[in-house]
Amino acid sequence: MQIRSGSSQNIAMPAPADPMLAQPWCVCRIVRETDDTFTLELKPQNRSGQMNFKPGQFNMLYVFGVGEIPISISGDPTQPRILLHTTREVGAVTRAMRQLKPGDVIGVRGPFGTAWPVDESEGADILIVAGGIGLAPLRPALYRILSRRDLYGRVVLLYGARTPADMLYRRELEGWRARFDLEVYATVDRAMSGWRGNVGVVTTLIPRAPFDPSSAVAFVCGPEVMMRFTVDELLKRGVQPHAIYLSLERNMKCGIGLCGHCQLGPLFVCKDGPVLRYDKLADWLQKWEA
Amino acid sequence: MSAAGSNLTTSTVVIERADFPCLLDALKTSRYKVIGPKLANGAVVYDELASAAELPAGWTEEQRPGLYRLNRRPDEALFGYTVGPDSWKKFFHPATAVLWQATKNANGFNVSAPAIQTQRLALLGVRACDLHAISILDSVFAQGTFSDPIWTTLRKNTFVIAVNCVEPGNTCFCTSMKTGPRASFGFDLALTEVVEPDRHYFVVVAGTNRGTALLDKVPHRAARQDENDCAEALLANAVNKMSRKLDTAGLKELLYRNHEHPRWDSVAARCLSCANCTMVCPTCFCTTVDDTSDLSGRQAARVRGWDSCFTLGFSFIHGGSVRASVRARYRQWLTHKFATWLEQFGTFGCVGCGRCITWCPVGIDVTEEIEAIQQTDGIKPRKEVK
Amino acid sequence: MMETKTLEQLLAESDFFRDLDPAYRQMLAGCGRNVVFKPGEYMFQEGEPAHEFHLIRKGKVALQIKVPGRGPVTLQTVQDGDVVGWAWLVPPHKRQYDARALELTRAVAFDGLCIRSKCEQDPKLGYEFFKRFALVMAARLSAMRLQLLDLYANP
Repeated sequence: MQIRSGSSQNIAMPAPADPMLAQPWCVCRIVRETDDTFTLELKPQNRSGQMNFKPGQFNMLYVFGVGEIPISISGDPTQPRILLHTTREVGAVTRAMRQLKPGDVIGVRGPFGTAWPVDESEGADILIVAGGIGLAPLRPALYRILSRRDLYGRVVLLYGARTPADMLYRRELEGWRARFDLEVYATVDRAMSGWRGNVGVVTTLIPRAPFDPSSAVAFVCGPEVMMRFTVDELLKRGVQPHAIYLSLERNMKCGIGLCGHCQLGPLFVCKDGPVLRYDKLADWLQKWEA
Repeated sequence: MSAAGSNLTTSTVVIERADFPCLLDALKTSRYKVIGPKLANGAVVYDELASAAELPAGWTEEQRPGLYRLNRRPDEALFGYTVGPDSWKKFFHPATAVLWQATKNANGFNVSAPAIQTQRLALLGVRACDLHAISILDSVFAQGTFSDPIWTTLRKNTFVIAVNCVEPGNTCFCTSMKTGPRASFGFDLALTEVVEPDRHYFVVVAGTNRGTALLDKVPHRAARQDENDCAEALLANAVNKMSRKLDTAGLKELLYRNHEHPRWDSVAARCLSCANCTMVCPTCFCTTVDDTSDLSGRQAARVRGWDSCFTLGFSFIHGGSVRASVRARYRQWLTHKFATWLEQFGTFGCVGCGRCITWCPVGIDVTEEIEAIQQTDGIKPRKEVK
Repeated sequence: MMETKTLEQLLAESDFFRDLDPAYRQMLAGCGRNVVFKPGEYMFQEGEPAHEFHLIRKGKVALQIKVPGRGPVTLQTVQDGDVVGWAWLVPPHKRQYDARALELTRAVAFDGLCIRSKCEQDPKLGYEFFKRFALVMAARLSAMRLQLLDLYANP
């Protein structure tokens, strides 16, 4: 089994029409995931509308008169008429989003950015390591992999959350855990009393995760510090640097590589990323305040 | 299309100073709005020219790190200066632009983008460095995965008359960046101004058929050998007089491996992060967007405007800015211009125009900063306990 | 069906003891005995004298500290292959936290007093032990640091 170099996943998929013009989508519902995290469920305004996206891509979401932010798509890529975005309430725009009602209209620009190399990784073991809200941009990859499960080797999901109450998609996680063709290990940084699961950072789950490092591809998403230490553990286990993919985030004003805000060294996170292969990223991740 | 130096003898013409206004007339007759250098607010700026009389004849600039002064020349040269705080980018990449407007309606809201007004500009007096800068921004805005319709629309139909520099400014270093002083591409016409005690003329070469066609409307004749030699000598002289130098060999790798060089601390102690350099730089292109709405909440708009990586908010994500220190922001700008730009667009981002050196209020000189790093390549910062 | 292994075989397979001189391994196996903890049972509690350390064969153990008003707070969980307890190595040899089995846990308990005296007599053995324990403590410390950073908190 050979892991292809993943060149096609590095080409950003062009969005329709003028990429700076917001397209209207309707709010279907807003699902509260945890205390401060919610999922926005959007549907197209007209019958023919849809958004074909690849797992890992993001949209620029606009709340009328308030502002626009990039949010990864967290839904199922095989269902282009339902757009899901999971986000934390951290500022003016997300606060305004949280107040939206079904029927309200949001502006959507996208999909932008590079994708998790699900096609290129066929045949490999897949290790998905998610930290906190990092599970949201990874969920579409998992959906995609599970929809063609036969094409992959072992599939393992490692998930670290702050506390059990902060776990995203809890019911779905439990469903995944119950499957025979998927291994799910979760851990929390701090537990409530009564928690009988793992306590400790998600990196501690890596040494024992059941996958073959020589034929595995890892998809990692979470706070940058968590990703750095996760990569260390993965490399220690023998996963190749070119088989590790991270999803980064940076300040974005345009999402199409023209405003300059999202640069990390020579990389524009909006069009060379957000999914980036570790070996291309390694030097820049280690440079503080790069 | 472009005329290399050795072909000058065969394709150059001479326009006498007295006939120079005909050039502008011809442009106007061809429905171009002529933009060129003018004096305003104590500097040479680029603005609409009603006639050749508005050119800063007999003026020159004194430029040094952190200093810009206009001085009178002993002659009446029309182009006896180099570059002021303006660059040509403002005509194609406006400082502010309305991207779209939206109105609330029964189905949510309706978004409409204003039509981008096409223009027909003739740029008069474009220096070689600025020609490179325009071309660099073409590769940023028109040749990437996504292109900017404002840039591409405003750029169409632009007539370019380049002017070869015969006297480098003190802060110029185009020879080091291989962008001048001779204009070698990207122009319809290129002029070299020759001012002698008893004669004042322009040696002109056409770079396009459009340029040749315009020349036909202006009194001119084939250049003589001695006139060509004069122009060549002036250009060679300009090369020799360039006092600021920068060694660009291995520059990208140098900056990559000196990410923690103590010089960054030294420049951070001086830099005010005022963003002047990014405003005057002819290749800086970063923008931000401002989402606004009116008091009623029924009308919204998105306005794009120039931004600078020197601002604290530029790299802000939840929790804080990625580049919180001035040190990191200065380093980001310099590394972008001289290193990462190469990986992104295939050329340096800097064209050696010297504007950032002149217009820095504390006189930071990029060539001096880089040279300091070159001379102490690999030095590790001393671990001091402050 | 789980194959019955001798302690020596177990040690040879474990990450902690794998590269140890077989003679040492044999001697150490002599200091160990199999133990079982039922779910909820305490392996040891804070304040108790610490003269044993455990190698978990199978199961999950929560390292906890009892906080008045909050009850027992789990700081970390350890499982198959992990080593629990270092207070036996370092004075004052008192347990710094509780270790409670979360599920049925089989472990090997090692007689710390016996091993400590053997380490005093044979510095080379002592060095090998401290090397390995240093690794365990370093990894725990590193993981603890990340936990402390509370990376998933709302900024």
